[in-house]
Amino acid sequence: MINKMRSSFLATPYAIWVMICTILPLFYILGYALTNDAGSFTLSNLTAIADPVHLKSLWLSIRVAFFTTAICLLLAYPVALILHNLKLTNKGLVVFLFILPMWMNFMLRILAWQIILSNNGILNSILSTLGLPTLHILYTETAVTLGMVYDFLPYMILPIYNALSKINDQVVEAAADLGANWWTTFTKVTLPLSKDGIISGIIMVFVPALSSFVVSNLLGGGKVLLIGNVIEQEFTLARNWNLGSGLSIILMIFVLLSMSVMNKVDDSENGGMPV
Amino acid sequence: MKNKFLSLLTITGLVTTSLFGFTGCGSDAEDKDTLVVLNYGKYIESDVLKRFQEETGINVKYEEYESVEDMYAKYKAGSINYDVICTSDYMIETMRIEDELIPIDYSTIPNYSNIDKDIIEASAAFDPKHQYTVPYFYGTVGILYNTNMVDEDTVSSWDCLWDPDYRNQIVMINSQRDAFMVALEKLGYDINTTDTRELKEAYDLLCKEKSLIYAYLQDETYECMISEDAAMAVCYSGEAAMGMEYNEDLAYTVPKEGGNLWIDSWFVPRTCKHYDAAMKWIDFMCQEEAATENFQYVWYATPNTKVAAHEDAETLADETVFPTKETLSRCKLYEAYDNDTLNYTTNLWKRLKAY
Amino acid sequence: MNKFKKGASSLYLALIFLFLYAPILVLIVLSFNDSMSRTVWGGFTLKWYANLSSNDNIMEALGTTIKITLTSSIFATILGTTAAIGIHYMKKRHAAIMLGATNIPLLNADIVTGISLMLLFTRFTPLGEFSVILAHIAFSVPYVIFNVLPRLQSLSEACFEAATDLGATPMYAFYKVVWPEIFPGVLSGFLMALTMSLDDFTITYFTKGAGVNTLSTMLYTQLRKGIQPELYALSTILFLLAFVLLLVINFKGSARKEVFKNEK
Repeated sequence: MINKMRSSFLATPYAIWVMICTILPLFYILGYALTNDAGSFTLSNLTAIADPVHLKSLWLSIRVAFFTTAICLLLAYPVALILHNLKLTNKGLVVFLFILPMWMNFMLRILAWQIILSNNGILNSILSTLGLPTLHILYTETAVTLGMVYDFLPYMILPIYNALSKINDQVVEAAADLGANWWTTFTKVTLPLSKDGIISGIIMVFVPALSSFVVSNLLGGGKVLLIGNVIEQEFTLARNWNLGSGLSIILMIFVLLSMSVMNKVDDSENGGMPV
Repeated sequence: MKNKFLSLLTITGLVTTSLFGFTGCGSDAEDKDTLVVLNYGKYIESDVLKRFQEETGINVKYEEYESVEDMYAKYKAGSINYDVICTSDYMIETMRIEDELIPIDYSTIPNYSNIDKDIIEASAAFDPKHQYTVPYFYGTVGILYNTNMVDEDTVSSWDCLWDPDYRNQIVMINSQRDAFMVALEKLGYDINTTDTRELKEAYDLLCKEKSLIYAYLQDETYECMISEDAAMAVCYSGEAAMGMEYNEDLAYTVPKEGGNLWIDSWFVPRTCKHYDAAMKWIDFMCQEEAATENFQYVWYATPNTKVAAHEDAETLADETVFPTKETLSRCKLYEAYDNDTLNYTTNLWKRLKAY
Repeated sequence: MNKFKKGASSLYLALIFLFLYAPILVLIVLSFNDSMSRTVWGGFTLKWYANLSSNDNIMEALGTTIKITLTSSIFATILGTTAAIGIHYMKKRHAAIMLGATNIPLLNADIVTGISLMLLFTRFTPLGEFSVILAHIAFSVPYVIFNVLPRLQSLSEACFEAATDLGATPMYAFYKVVWPEIFPGVLSGFLMALTMSLDDFTITYFTKGAGVNTLSTMLYTQLRKGIQPELYALSTILFLLAFVLLLVINFKGSARKEVFKNEK
């Protein structure tokens, strides 16, 4: 008992930290969001989301984030499944191979995609050598989605892989013993049991994808304006911190909504943790 | 084994922290021999920067930015006190009107005499009494094109950027002011117009163009043209010159309707804390050797007359690097927008990007 | 698994790996490119590697990056681990609040976190390396907590109590019972903090002061006007270092797992 009380005090430094570095800055943003240039109260920064330009960019962001998440899920699940079935003793190796690309600077890797996808880039050079028609990918919404899929794929693979490894193999074997074929076993046993990993993965991809701006800066050619770009430009170019903060608050609300929808589907005991 | 590893790591970390943690704090205090410079990205030869610090003993904190609006945002954010800044003409004018500039003491800048008098004259557009600025580089905005993919006649008019034959081969400039300038020139309006009807017309024209273009690019344009990803691009003369160095098929021109002449100059903002150091810096930039090294790196037109002695005739005759008088006569400097027009065009630009 | 399935699986994995590593290959090739342009091949050269140590800008940015990354990761790990222990023993309601707050930096857009921290810091201190370090600790701590906490939760209470019953002091019991179990979590939290901090751009961009440049911010300003090829060489070197480091850690880890497997 005494130990427990003493132990929970260990979190006090962190509690103080959270107050200062997480909660307090949020109040700053809220403050800017609810005031205008002259310092008086206004809701216009929040209602600004109704402006067609902002709505369009928000919708574009949702669309791109949705496709990114969906593609990531479709690509990642088979990978996780195959790796799981390989029954590797050294699980760390798997994690390591997927984390390793993250150690080459992110912007350089996206820059490399520019070189690969451009009109006269590596991909099109290969295609035209083979006599195939060239593709116009760079500086389109497709390129931005591809860039995000590239960036976030590991975040989808790892939670699913972890979830799969928690499944008791005997359950799967029992299903086979009872006469289920591979597909039935997969849909009725494996898939539901890996739900936590899927939800985790979706959250870890959808949320950052929604607010991303660097990828669209580099691969969008100034033609793909996401809500993240709008916010960034309000803070850097237009110097309208009030509007930028207002839109950020709206974005945060959006993220919270998405997460609560996800949490309703999630019935694990993790209770609030993404992993 | 594991615990030893962690202990080692912890000790290393604590040592590192205590060594560096203390140097981290307080280094932004008012050092006597410091100078905070703000300039465009890749606009100085690193050797020049090094030599300045060695010769004067002043420690330089060198900051860079991408676009004019970027620079203004950084300045206004107020989190850093800049001592000397280099930026474009119309932004200097905006800041002058806002009372953000401190006069330069030209008597402490003997090398100022190296600067071309014509360019100084032209600077009157944004520095009427020649009190605040010293020119650094200048140039034009025009079209860099690939002679194999499009002919000279086509690019002699801004119309070529709206030609559907070149769908997905056109690069537009990713700069609010310059993009509008192109549209306004095509429509035959004054590039400094504040008439909202004319600006809206330009906006509509740009919207029509958007589906035809490959991308809005600024400084990556020359890479794009070198690798022949596009047939033509709107860009700055210096960038065009750089592109032409790498790819002989490229050529540059300012269309017949006219273009923009820009001058980037050094000035001292109100936030300056090291005025003497700032004067030394500007004087150093006007020095023959420094200006030549900078020119050979940046490859934009230099207003420093002494540089000509170090360059061969071919370079001096290169119209892309050094615009001819004829070209310059077709170009105009930007005037600063008033707040209303600025807000209006910023809004239009945002709508264009979302279109 | 039949042959077809195996073949298809291997092909699929290979394609995914190709997708993940293709850009890296491009960058490694570029580090040997004898040309300032990134789209034109100018011949093979090692000069970017040779010039690297004499390029002051890059070396300074590298030094700053290492300093910031190491410092912030170590502090984040210490803070996060103690926090995780504390949260583990809290009442459920309090724990839920703390975890909710911990989620915030993870869910907030980078740019919002960066700006909000900048607004906060500029009130109290001029921006510099210190503010960047604080900001990095802020976004790293949640990763540490979420890596350590699951380990604590799957730990058996009984072991710890048994140890104290047998006469061990709480500290000793912690060191011998709890610590070995949570250590993998602490380590992976530390590694995640390291990775996040090394690659971060947005938050660093807003919280840095004059003259402070990490590799990311330096790249960003150079991205548009053309990157110094020495940076490709540097990135390749860092990548290979990470490769070796993770390889080493992994084989140490697998040795330990083997031991536990045999014990069970």
